[in-house]
Amino acid sequence: MSSASTAAALAEPQARLRGKAAVQQHIGKRMSGAEIFLRALEAEDARVVFGHPGGAVIHVYDEMARVQPNFKHVLVRHEQGGTHAAEGYAKATGEVGTVLVTSGPGATNTVTGIADAFMDSVPIVVFTGQVPLPLIGNDAFQETDTLGVTRSITKHNYLVRAPEDIPRIVHEAYHLARTGRPGPVVVDLPKDVLMSEGVFAYDDAIRMRGYSVPHECDEVRLRRAVRMIESAQRPLLYVGGGAINANACEALTEFARHLNVPVTTSLHGLGAFPENDPLSLGMLGMHGTWWANQAVQHADLIIAVGARFDDRVTGMVDRWAPHAAIIHIEIDKSCISKNIYADLAFNADAKPVLEALRPLVRARKVKRWHNKIQGWREECPLSYADDGELRPQFVLERLRAKTGGDAVVVTDVGQNQMWAAQYMNYTQPRSHITSGGLGTMGFSLPAALGAGLGLRAYGIDKTVISINGDGGFMMNAQELAVAAAHGVPLKVVIMNNNFLGMVRQWQELFHENRFSHTDLTDTNPDFVQLARASRCAAFRAERTDQVDGVIEKAWAVDDRPAVMEFRVVKEEMVFPMVPVGKSSDEMITSKHAPETFV
Amino acid sequence: MSEQAITLTPQQLIRKRAAGEPVEAGAAPDIQQHIINVLLENSMGALIRVVNMFSARGFNLDSVTVGVTEDPTVSRLCIVTRGNVRVISQILRQLNRLVDTIEVDDVTGTDFVERELCIIKVRCRGEKRAEVLQVNEIFRGRVVDVTPDILALEIVGPTQKVDAFVNLMKPHGIDEVARSGRVAMQRAPQPADGGSD
Ligand SMILES: Cc1ncc(C[n+]2csc(CCOP(=O)(O)OP(=O)(O)O)c2C)c(N)n1
Repeated sequence: MSSASTAAALAEPQARLRGKAAVQQHIGKRMSGAEIFLRALEAEDARVVFGHPGGAVIHVYDEMARVQPNFKHVLVRHEQGGTHAAEGYAKATGEVGTVLVTSGPGATNTVTGIADAFMDSVPIVVFTGQVPLPLIGNDAFQETDTLGVTRSITKHNYLVRAPEDIPRIVHEAYHLARTGRPGPVVVDLPKDVLMSEGVFAYDDAIRMRGYSVPHECDEVRLRRAVRMIESAQRPLLYVGGGAINANACEALTEFARHLNVPVTTSLHGLGAFPENDPLSLGMLGMHGTWWANQAVQHADLIIAVGARFDDRVTGMVDRWAPHAAIIHIEIDKSCISKNIYADLAFNADAKPVLEALRPLVRARKVKRWHNKIQGWREECPLSYADDGELRPQFVLERLRAKTGGDAVVVTDVGQNQMWAAQYMNYTQPRSHITSGGLGTMGFSLPAALGAGLGLRAYGIDKTVISINGDGGFMMNAQELAVAAAHGVPLKVVIMNNNFLGMVRQWQELFHENRFSHTDLTDTNPDFVQLARASRCAAFRAERTDQVDGVIEKAWAVDDRPAVMEFRVVKEEMVFPMVPVGKSSDEMITSKHAPETFV
Repeated sequence: MSEQAITLTPQQLIRKRAAGEPVEAGAAPDIQQHIINVLLENSMGALIRVVNMFSARGFNLDSVTVGVTEDPTVSRLCIVTRGNVRVISQILRQLNRLVDTIEVDDVTGTDFVERELCIIKVRCRGEKRAEVLQVNEIFRGRVVDVTPDILALEIVGPTQKVDAFVNLMKPHGIDEVARSGRVAMQRAPQPADGGSD
C-alpha cells in the first residue's frame, strides 16, 4: 500500500546521518558562534529554515550569506507565519521544523505558533535572538523574557550562554522535539554568544538523565489486553494523531483488519486509517459522524491509540462511552486517565504495542455490532441541501473527486475545517493537517507553504491544498507572496461566506440570531485581486456549474499558488453537532434535534 | 443526585472510584495531602518550571522547599500538595514530564521522616516569660534571641508539632513567624532478618 509510504520513508534516521556527514569537515575548527549555530543546523539536517532577520540575529544572517549553509532559508513575512510553516513542514514530512527569528517582537510573534505546536504535539524548534547576556534583565532594546513567555507552551526551552554549548543544545532541542510526545522547543540565542568565537564540536550522544521515552508493554499487560479484547462484544478503536506521529498507521490498519474492529478517529487522527475501508467510521466528537458517536456510546471496549480524550471528542466526560472499558495506548503518561479513566494502559509508542498485540488476539466475530453500526450509518448520513445554491460541501466533494484522496489537505479553523474533515475522505497518514488543539485561525496558508516546501525538500511530489474561511485567510494572507516567490504551486481555497462562519453558527443556534460583529461583507477585500497582487493566479466561482472549471484552471497552474474563491451561501451550518456541555448522545442532526440548545 | 446514582453504569462507577470521586450521594470527595520529593537538575529555570507547572495546571501548592543535594548538579525539592487520586496522579505525571526532573517520589503512605523548622517571636515579660520558656522546653525548642519584651524561639519537628507550638504561643502574642516548609525523607528499609549481620 502506498498509504504509509511517505511517513515510513521519512522516519528512517537516514536524514540524520546525512546531517552528521555534512559537518564532519568543520569539527575542531574555530569559528563564530553564529557559524557554529549554522553548522549545528546542518548537523540536524534541517532542510528548510523559516526565518526573519533582526538586530539580535543579524550576525547569523551575515554568516549565512558568507558560508552558504546547505539548507534553504525562507524569508516569511510575519514570524507567526514562520512557526505555522514549520508546523506544516513537520506534519507533512514527519521531520522537525525550524524557525529563526530576532529578539523581542520577533520572538513574541512566534508565540501563537509555539502554543499551537504544543497543543498539537508538533515537533518544531524555534531559535530566538536575545539581547547580549550582560544586558539581560535591563529592559534593553528589543528585550523580552522569551524563556518566561514560552515556558508553559514548550516541551522545554534553553538559554545559550557560550558558543561551545550551541551544538549540544541544538542537538538536544531536536531530540526533544522529535522523540516521545513531540512538541516545540525554544532556544534563546544572546547576541554576544553569536558574535564571540568558539570551537565547533559535534557529539551524537544525548545525555539527559531526566528524559527518556517510556516503553510499558510487558507480558502482563499484553495478556490482560487480549482477555479484554476477546471478551468484548462491541469493540471500537479510537485513533488520534499520536498514531501518525508514531508512524504506527500500517500496524494500526493491520491490527484493525485482523480483529475486524471498527475504527473512528479524532480530527488529528484523520488519515491514520483509510476512510474508504468499510471498518472506518470517520471522525467522532463534536462534529463527528452520528454513527461514530453512537458507536462510542454503545461500545463495551474502546482501544484508544495515541489519542487524548479531548473535550471536543468527549463532550460531557461523565456521560461519554458509559459502557466501555478503556485500553489506552499513549506515549504521554499525563494523558492517561486524565479525562477518562483507563482500565488498562500502555505508556509506550503505539507501533510496537500494536505489533506485539496483533499475533496474540484472535479475530472477533462481531457481526451484530457491525450491523448495528450500519443501521446508524443509514439512519443519519452526512447530507446537505441540493437546491442549486453553491455550498462548501459541494466544493469539497468536487475537490475530492479531482484528487482522489491523493493530496495533502491543510485546513484553517472554523466551519471550513469541519467540512473539510467530514467531506474529503482521507486515506493516507499525513494527508490532513490542521490546528486542532489551539484552533488557530490563520494557520492554513502558512502551514500549507511549509508542507509544500517540506515535501519538495524530501523529493515527494504531492499536491498541497490549503482550505480557508474568508476570516482566517486574512490573518496570514501575507504568506501568499512568499509561496509565490518560491514557486510553490499551492491550491488555495477560500470558502467565502462573508462571515466568521463558525461564530455565526453559534450565534444562530445559541444566541438568538444576534450576529454581533461576524459579518465581513464590508471589510472583506476582493480576494481575486488580493491574490493577483501577491503574484498568484486567482479564480472565482459563484455558481455550482463554475466549480469544476475553476478547479481545472487552478490545477493547470504549476509554478505558483492558485487561489480559488468560492462564493458560498452564508447560512450553511456544520452538522451533526454535539453542543458544548452536552453528551455525545445529544447530537443535533437534521433528524435528531433537541428542542432547546441553550 | 440520587437519580444519577441509579443511572450510573458499572463502568461509570469504576471510573468514579478510580478518580477518588464520591459514588454515594452526599459523600465527601476524598482529598488528601501528599508529600512529593523531586530530584531536579540544578540548572537555571528548573525550579521555575516546576512551580509554573503547578500554577498553569491549577494544582494546589501548600509548600515547596528546595536545596542542593550531595551532588551539586542536583537539587532536591519537597512539595506539599493536596487533591483526590486523579489530581495527585496527574501531578506526579506532569512532574515526570518535565525534562529537568530526574526522579519523582510520592512518599505519602510510606515510612518517612518529616521535619519543619520554625522561628517564632513571642511578646512576653515577667511571669509570662517563664511560662513560655517552659513550653519551649517541653517542645525542645531553642532560644535564638532575647530582648526585654521579646523571645525568639526555634522549633524543629514534624509539621503537626510546629502547628501545636504556634497555637500554644498565640495567647501570649505572636510578633512574627517564619516557617521553612517541610522536608521529608523515606526511612531506610529495616533488614528483614532482624538486623544482625
Ligand atoms: C486567532 C483566532 N481568533 C478567533 C478565533 C475564534 N473563531 C473560531 S472559528 C471563527 C470563525 C472563522 O471564520 P472564517 O475564517 O470565515 O471561517 P468559517 O467558519 O466561515 O469557515 C472564529 C472567529 C480563533 N479560532 N482563532
